[in-house]
Amino acid sequence: MGIIENINKLFDHRIRLGIMSILMVNEDADFNRLKELLDVTDGNLASHLKALEKEEYILVQKQFIGRKPNTRYSATKQGKAAFRKHIEALEKLIRKT
Amino acid sequence: MSEQDYLKDISEIKDLMNRSSRFISLSGLSGIFAGIYALIGAAVAYWLVTNSGREYLILDGKVFKFIMLDLFLIAFFSVITAIYFTTKKAKKAGVKFWDASSRRLLINFLIPLITGGAYILIILNQQKYGQTGALMLIFYGLALINASKYTVGNIKYLGLAEIVLGLICAVYPGYGFWLWVLGFGVFHIIYGAMMWIQEKK
Repeated sequence: MGIIENINKLFDHRIRLGIMSILMVNEDADFNRLKELLDVTDGNLASHLKALEKEEYILVQKQFIGRKPNTRYSATKQGKAAFRKHIEALEKLIRKT
Repeated sequence: MSEQDYLKDISEIKDLMNRSSRFISLSGLSGIFAGIYALIGAAVAYWLVTNSGREYLILDGKVFKFIMLDLFLIAFFSVITAIYFTTKKAKKAGVKFWDASSRRLLINFLIPLITGGAYILIILNQQKYGQTGALMLIFYGLALINASKYTVGNIKYLGLAEIVLGLICAVYPGYGFWLWVLGFGVFHIIYGAMMWIQEKK
């Protein structure tokens, strides 16, 4: 049963899993880049980002480029560790069967 | 969730990691064409030099200017062709040609390349011609290796091959021309063809 415990509920959703995958291999990504890669609507993406932010898996930095607001997201240490654990659990589950 | 779902998750993670960090639409055809242009350009340069009545180049001569133009044209047509095939491939794959990943790829490719280009021009102005071929190969190889982190395929190995050739060229500057032909012409065609066959699969 230990393996199932390591499966992270928060990552049990395509978009949240996708956000973390992107932020694992990129220093950061802005809102539009995430939207483009994941092919989701603004509202949908925003709510999933909020969920990850609340858990402190991602860091949100708001800034301005010229006059346009720009929000950049990056994975926190905690978030990366949680994601790795999740992947390991996934791998074990697949190998087992 | 079933096992099938977990497998799907894993493949989706992989796909997103690749897509978000690496530019995947480089086409092998652009490598083949770059090699062909280099061979044509080298043939033109060879003809120019053998018909100039001199065995080697001097910097202020007319021949030298033609060779600089020749090199510029090779680079120019290679870049145009690469842009053409890459946009075509990107469109087919449904990804943007100009986005964060292609930008990052280009910047990291250009840093060693422009450094090398500037350095070569500087030492040419100091009348040091002997190492030009070697330096071109070495810096181009370094540029490829630096860029390889941001794209798929085995550009890294082409880069390593160019560097080894460049070092050989530094030891035997007399064969500079032929090693240049090998590195920029033949290697590009071989590598481009290998990449192209892989794409077709």
